[in-house]
Amino acid sequence: MKHILSQEQICGDFYSRRFEENREEETLILNMGPQHPSTHGVLRVILSLDGEYIMRAEPVLGYLHRMHEAMAEHRTYLTYLPNMGRVDYLHAVAWNWAYVGAVERLGGIEVPTRAEYIRVITCELNRISSHLLWWGAYLLDLGAFTPIMYAFDDRELILDILQSVSGSRLTYSFLRPGGVAFDLPDAFLEEVRAFIPHLRSRLPMYKALVTDNTIMRHRCEQVGDLPLEMCQRYGATGPVVRGSGMAYDVRKAEPYGVYPQLDFQIPVESTCDAMGRYLVRMAELEQSLRILEQAVEAIPAGDCLVKGAPKPRWKAPAGESYFAVEGARGKIGVHLVSDGSATPYRCKLRAPGFSNLSLFAELAQGTLLSDAVSILGSLDLVIPEIDR
Amino acid sequence: MKEYLKQIKNLWSLIVGLSITGDNLFRRTVTVHYPRRQVDNLASFRGPIELLPSAKDPDIPKCITCMMCMSTCPSGCITVVKQKVPKATPEEEQAMAEVEARGEKVKKHTAPKNPARFIYDFSLCSLCGLCVEVCPVNSIGFSSDVYMVVRQRSELKLDLLARLSAKTRTEGKMKEVA
Amino acid sequence: MLKIILNPEFLHLILAAVAVMAFVAANGLVLVYMERKIAGHIQRRPGPYEVGWHGILQPIVDAGKLIGKQLFTPDGADGLLYWLAPIVSFVWVLPLFIPIPFGPKLIAYNMDLGIVLILAFAGVNLLALCMAGWGSNNKWSLLGAARAVAQSVAYEIPLLLSIVAVAFTSGSLSLGTAVQQQGGWPWQWNIMVQPLAFLIYFICALAETNRAPFDLPEAESELTAGFHTEYSGMTFGLFFLAEYANMIVVCAVATALFLGGWQGPVFPGVWWFLAKMYILLFIMIWLRWTYPRVRFDQLLNINWKWLLPLSLANLVMTALLTKLF
Repeated sequence: MKHILSQEQICGDFYSRRFEENREEETLILNMGPQHPSTHGVLRVILSLDGEYIMRAEPVLGYLHRMHEAMAEHRTYLTYLPNMGRVDYLHAVAWNWAYVGAVERLGGIEVPTRAEYIRVITCELNRISSHLLWWGAYLLDLGAFTPIMYAFDDRELILDILQSVSGSRLTYSFLRPGGVAFDLPDAFLEEVRAFIPHLRSRLPMYKALVTDNTIMRHRCEQVGDLPLEMCQRYGATGPVVRGSGMAYDVRKAEPYGVYPQLDFQIPVESTCDAMGRYLVRMAELEQSLRILEQAVEAIPAGDCLVKGAPKPRWKAPAGESYFAVEGARGKIGVHLVSDGSATPYRCKLRAPGFSNLSLFAELAQGTLLSDAVSILGSLDLVIPEIDR
Repeated sequence: MKEYLKQIKNLWSLIVGLSITGDNLFRRTVTVHYPRRQVDNLASFRGPIELLPSAKDPDIPKCITCMMCMSTCPSGCITVVKQKVPKATPEEEQAMAEVEARGEKVKKHTAPKNPARFIYDFSLCSLCGLCVEVCPVNSIGFSSDVYMVVRQRSELKLDLLARLSAKTRTEGKMKEVA
Repeated sequence: MLKIILNPEFLHLILAAVAVMAFVAANGLVLVYMERKIAGHIQRRPGPYEVGWHGILQPIVDAGKLIGKQLFTPDGADGLLYWLAPIVSFVWVLPLFIPIPFGPKLIAYNMDLGIVLILAFAGVNLLALCMAGWGSNNKWSLLGAARAVAQSVAYEIPLLLSIVAVAFTSGSLSLGTAVQQQGGWPWQWNIMVQPLAFLIYFICALAETNRAPFDLPEAESELTAGFHTEYSGMTFGLFFLAEYANMIVVCAVATALFLGGWQGPVFPGVWWFLAKMYILLFIMIWLRWTYPRVRFDQLLNINWKWLLPLSLANLVMTALLTKLF
């Protein structure tokens, strides 16, 4: 016996119904649903397909909304710090840094130079591990199952190094307002010095196996053409905008920490396609290694936490502050508003993934379904950061 | 025509890719094959927290029941209960009454500093380490117990005092054997 | 009636059918283990290890798991098509083994038109995919099935043309004859005479069996398992076995046509046949774990713009040369 489905049952929920309203003829409405192997996290994209071509695409967010900004209003400045590691767990140190920098600006807290160097070293190591994971996951989306295993092999070394100093392997709550929580163990600098040439020796293998592979080139070249003015309209940052020709990097544009004293370049590609974004990230791996080399030699002795750093019940002076850092995905910003009490009045988190994803609706029009997967991968989205 | 030749030239990258994976096929595996072998860097890992024993009596933690860890924890997973003031026996009460009658200061019983109960809900803990940092007597530390396995969620509500006693006992036994 | 059953050729056929089923099942198990082990070692990890010595009993346990799973029909699925698809997919692969010469005398039925039988029956796999895709009541399966149709239909043509080129050189459409015309040593194999045909045949074989880099119909990361999304348990197991059986068929045909079949020095023919077949299977597995997936329109481009003209040119050359010499 066949059931008669009501219109509501056919169309599903509110978003699907709204999508149905302006439907073109002969199109298939498909939910690249919250559960899907290649949307990195819980992202839902409603697609209107004509055969294999996407007529309309609309990302639906909120499946991973954990109310981080609301939690800030119920935590003290110090107890809110572990939340920052969970917003984007792949580049947790950068989110830590953005928040801690905002608190320091608010309270006028100085940071010792050694702590600044430790921050740079751990942030760049974390950036390398984030890019390695992105690389592996991107190729997994494209159908190659081995590069992710090779990337994780190298990533394990980074995770071991970061574990020896902070005790965690993924969600580091390692920075504090006024410095870092723990000083470096004895073997740390030696391990980093050994890691740098190891990764450098692996990069040519990655290039030969993947970057030069003609099948992969055909999947990424001329896919997802993202003109610069579209990036600027949506506020995209990070490798997305650097793959479209603009050399904007927060470390050079609004310098923070000891980055002004370190010599590195910003890789830029002007092809505006997924291959450009891919090459930018691979070049950033090499630049991060350069920064690590310099930081490891230049790190001075000293305190790792300033005397008089905020204690748990520290009250911030009333006011506002904003601090931005360059994360693996783009510009991470934290805007803190304080009313003089021990908990923030408002904490606004600017996630780079949110701006990067918002251009997907316009970018995906007219592309094939496989290309949409390739584009999503090249934008390097981490949904927890988008939904916060 | 040039396009076609370029496409054919690009096919060489496929052979290069095959040679890389083929080479990896005959290399040793890089995984640590648990449980035959185990990782060796657990000492620096932040596992579930444990109480550190006091110098006088290894069965009793250094904890002074100040409740700083309980109020600082962002997840609210620590529960500390103070010990009650012990009731005085009838002889002691009589002795105290005599001292009071003489007009001297009475020494009343006070509760012992260490806690009566210290419950730690590992299912809520985010391993942030704030409790370890704020403890004024350094009574909390991270353990390296990464192989904790439970069958029910309620088993993750750990009684840290019992775990401390168990640890002291096993360490004592190991010392005896050695 | 009794005369028909006791006819030696008929008995031979029945025996061969049973032997073929046993062969397919056994080889399926071996292939599953081989694939997982090779995949593991390419990725620098052990692969199956716990069940039996180095995981050698893993496929049996896997089969047990698949058999033990719940069989259900998705809501709104077309019952007949949904259940018929895996059965058709698996059962139709079995006749493909009939004309393949495993050894000098090990051939189920020496047909004069063996190649035609194989090509004809291989096309039915496509029907099974369509039934699976439509009957699942799932838009993702539908997309997978649509892709599978276009891909299979397209790649059958260069496959046919390259096989016909070999048939020209060997003078008959029978696989047994093709093997007998070759010799034991590598320079006597057909691959020396028709290298381009072998390459085209191999690429088309990858596409026909939906193996990477042409595995779009079952693209795991794009289409959440494509046409077999809604299948679990033994139905999925049947699709799985059918895919491996297809792989075995195409590699066996390649061995017979291009690599000298059972011809070889010293050892009995059947071992040489199996060895050559397994080398080709190893290459297919190796390719799967190395390359990303080809996009759908690029896949069709490869076929219509490259393989088809090349195989046509090859055929014309072969015809000319055969006529002239």
